[in-house]
Amino acid sequence: MTAAEIRDAILDILHDIAPDEDLSNLKDEVPFREQLELDSMDFLDIVMELRKRYRIQIPEEEYTELSSMSSTVRYLEPRMKGI
Amino acid sequence: MTADRPDHQRIVITGVGLTAPNGNSLSEFRQALLAGRSGVTAYETRYFGPTLAGVCHFDELRYQKRKEVRRGTRAGSIGIYCAREAVADSGIDWGNVDRSKVGIYIGVTEHGNVETENEIFLLKGYDYDTQFWSHHHNPRTVANNPAGEVSLNLRITGPHYTLGAACAAGNAGIIQGAQMLRLGDCDLALCGGVSESIHTFGIFASFHSQGALAKHEDPTKASRPFDLDRNGIVVAEGGCIFTLERLTDAQARGAKIYGEVAGYAMNSDATDFVLPDPTRQAECMRLALDRAGMQPEQIGIVSTHATGTSSGDTQECEALRAVWGSNDGQPTLFNNTKSFIGHAMGAAGALELAGNLPSFDDCVCHPTINLDRLDPQCELPGLVVNQPREGVQVDAILNNSFGMLGINSAVIVRKM
Repeated sequence: MTAAEIRDAILDILHDIAPDEDLSNLKDEVPFREQLELDSMDFLDIVMELRKRYRIQIPEEEYTELSSMSSTVRYLEPRMKGI
Repeated sequence: MTADRPDHQRIVITGVGLTAPNGNSLSEFRQALLAGRSGVTAYETRYFGPTLAGVCHFDELRYQKRKEVRRGTRAGSIGIYCAREAVADSGIDWGNVDRSKVGIYIGVTEHGNVETENEIFLLKGYDYDTQFWSHHHNPRTVANNPAGEVSLNLRITGPHYTLGAACAAGNAGIIQGAQMLRLGDCDLALCGGVSESIHTFGIFASFHSQGALAKHEDPTKASRPFDLDRNGIVVAEGGCIFTLERLTDAQARGAKIYGEVAGYAMNSDATDFVLPDPTRQAECMRLALDRAGMQPEQIGIVSTHATGTSSGDTQECEALRAVWGSNDGQPTLFNNTKSFIGHAMGAAGALELAGNLPSFDDCVCHPTINLDRLDPQCELPGLVVNQPREGVQVDAILNNSFGMLGINSAVIVRKM
């Protein structure tokens, strides 16, 4: 998947786990938590959905890589290259 | 006895919030009961296929965000809707209520089966690899979940828990609320019962295997307690939560008072997993009457528990005749609300009591419907059949709720 496709995939997941949020103005460099109402259970949802949809395994010590859209895409790009 | 209690130990109902298959407020519910309108419809559930059920249609998003609905449980949503409606109906100045003195006591028949069945169904798609099991499973299935979601939604910091009491749970919630108010554990009790059981296939399959699941070509006629052609239970979802307060607190704020929780009792058959024992049921009703300082003939309406099973209905009628006698001249009326909505399980006791409360003011006793051929073993003098009985003076209601493992309950509410 390209970086743009990964971003769309993350947006799809966010739409599902934060259905009340307006994601149209999401700022990629700003941490999710500073612009969305997300807690630790929501971040676990992101991890779980990546596992379910793309079979991506993210070790617990690397969860911090998912703090913003840009860091998430950067982290996932090499891991989702062949998808 | 209640008559001897000082006013600060007398407990009154000041608000009602409910969702039933035929109404999402007490007024809608009451109108449906007086109009003979059933809430039972065709229904289909995973694995089990087409069946019948009482299905609620309240607006989950009235009091919850979509994310909260997604994260929580159906039982939690039912509890939140009913609790919010009850608080609004009570007229209490919620913004100035000390939330640490509010208690939440919600009866449930069971909880967690819906979420467990859903997770296992999803896990099948991953060849039962448990790394795909949801981290939401535990907070959704802990037994206090329905009460806990109410606590979170209303920011209530007093005690919250559920009471597992099979189909006596609605009454058990009310009794717990009254007791905690008397103990001073809370100043306002949100109590009653909820049920989301129609979202499990297990309850339908189990009743079916037991030969106790109702079927009828017309869904609205499937729930037919006391009728010779009854063939089992219609499972329903629903919820009903009351606000209870001490009489002195309710009077001090000029609250509308629906009635006083004048007496109650719970006991156990200690005889069988599923078959009821009319001797203990009668003892339970007598104990509630004794605690209320009342005689059977002072009860205007008995809200019967009967679910439409062959043995359960006759056993309850035997217990009722043991307490009220078989004399045609006795003044008490008997009705049945499950004939309209099916069996709302943990919510049944609270919903059925709520449906009868307006009789104090409108002087009408709603009937038991779908009673075309009365089972001679279910004959009760005063049974209100198919049409409402108007112009009746109702000063007290006795509400029966019984459940599996031989759990019995009776709550008496007296007109103020």
